[in-house]
Amino acid sequence: MNAQTEFEVKGLNFHYAGNVHALKNISLPVYKNNVTALIGPSGCGKTTLLRCFNRMHDLYPGNRYEGEILFKKENIFSEDIDVIDLRSRIGMVFQKPTPFPMSIFDNIAYGLRLKGIRKISDLSERVERALNHAALWDEVKDKLHASAYELSGGQQQRLVIARALAVEPEVLLFDEPTSALDPISTAKIEDLIVNLEKDVTIIIVTHNMQQAARISDWTGFMMLGDLIEFDRTDKIFTHPSQKLTEDYITGRFG
Amino acid sequence: MTVRGEELEHLKGMLLKMATLVEASIQDSVQSLVERNSDLARRAIEGDQKINAFDVNIDEECIRLLALKQPMGKDLRFITTAMKITTDLERIADNAVNIAERALELNEEPLLKPYIDIPRMSRIAQGMVRDTINAFINGDKNLAKDVIMRDDEVDDLNEMVWKELMFIMTQDPSTVSRGVKISYISKYLERIADHATNIAETVIYMVEGKIIRHMSPDQI
Repeated sequence: MNAQTEFEVKGLNFHYAGNVHALKNISLPVYKNNVTALIGPSGCGKTTLLRCFNRMHDLYPGNRYEGEILFKKENIFSEDIDVIDLRSRIGMVFQKPTPFPMSIFDNIAYGLRLKGIRKISDLSERVERALNHAALWDEVKDKLHASAYELSGGQQQRLVIARALAVEPEVLLFDEPTSALDPISTAKIEDLIVNLEKDVTIIIVTHNMQQAARISDWTGFMMLGDLIEFDRTDKIFTHPSQKLTEDYITGRFG
Repeated sequence: MTVRGEELEHLKGMLLKMATLVEASIQDSVQSLVERNSDLARRAIEGDQKINAFDVNIDEECIRLLALKQPMGKDLRFITTAMKITTDLERIADNAVNIAERALELNEEPLLKPYIDIPRMSRIAQGMVRDTINAFINGDKNLAKDVIMRDDEVDDLNEMVWKELMFIMTQDPSTVSRGVKISYISKYLERIADHATNIAETVIYMVEGKIIRHMSPDQI
């Protein structure tokens, strides 16, 4: 297992506007080309933590970060960070698929065009590569110019992942990416995530503990804004060191 | 996503390697006795550490797969079967070590009588171990049933060896120390065949989903 760190979270506190203290002094490493899962009961702060990695909270006024997240040794909260650039390097996939109201092709090409890629042959090549990478190409290659809304929920989610992959991010953040999908589509997304880890670093928030167990290398268990335990996934699910973690994974509460 | 094919193959591979070592250990320990070659017995005793390590590693891998992959159906039966098999294999290896220990002692004393039935028992028991593992790897329930049937042959031979030794020992008390040791060896081989039978029964569970322990042969 690769022990090179992609992120180093150090003493991170986060307050929502109105002074809700949602993350309390969180520190953890995120390892490169590994899957890190964040689990915990509702309101534990796992999604809040995920959204810190690409500074999604900046979109709402009054939110406040303290502490550091080092990304390639650079603090992403420092003033000279270009947030737009940061978000292109750190992609995000949400709970419900969010295709744009345009064709399958244009969904993928959108980010590429923003990056200044205009030549149709370049675009076509990158679109195909991204769709292949997201294991969707075979299902859509004959209808690239159909609306993205014609796809099933599971296909839409893979389309969104392909769109994120097209701009070649270094990290992908997944916020409960399968909670709106059926078991077969879920299995496809899980396989995809496991296959992607050789190319990108992945952080996933999931309500589904079994999903975290199946696909992640590292797991952080959170509760009420605290990171209770962070360790190798096999350790967390076979022999956690904290009683709270043990109680949670055995269904004693939550 | 559940257990991946390569994870199951890896587990199979570990069990095959362990079984190969166990079979070699039986072979070495009995051959040591028959050929009065104590080096073979020492090799069997030293080899046990490696077998124990496999036992631990296989168990850990099974626990990891159960906890992380939530296997269902045939994958679940395969993994729980693997856990039981490794325990039986480890016990078989312990019996082989016991045989080797007795062989070391017997090789220091004059030959009581040529060994004829012990090697026969050993051949059958080794064949049972080999076939039961093959039955597991290939999900072959007929081969597993065949192994179970062979257990009686070993039981009968053990009974015969014991009666013969009893006769020798009652005739000449100076043979008692050697006679008891040889009867132990016969008993160890009989236990090895029992463990192979346990494995075969577990394999039938894996294939058919039916637990056949404690059933008579005609119920199987």
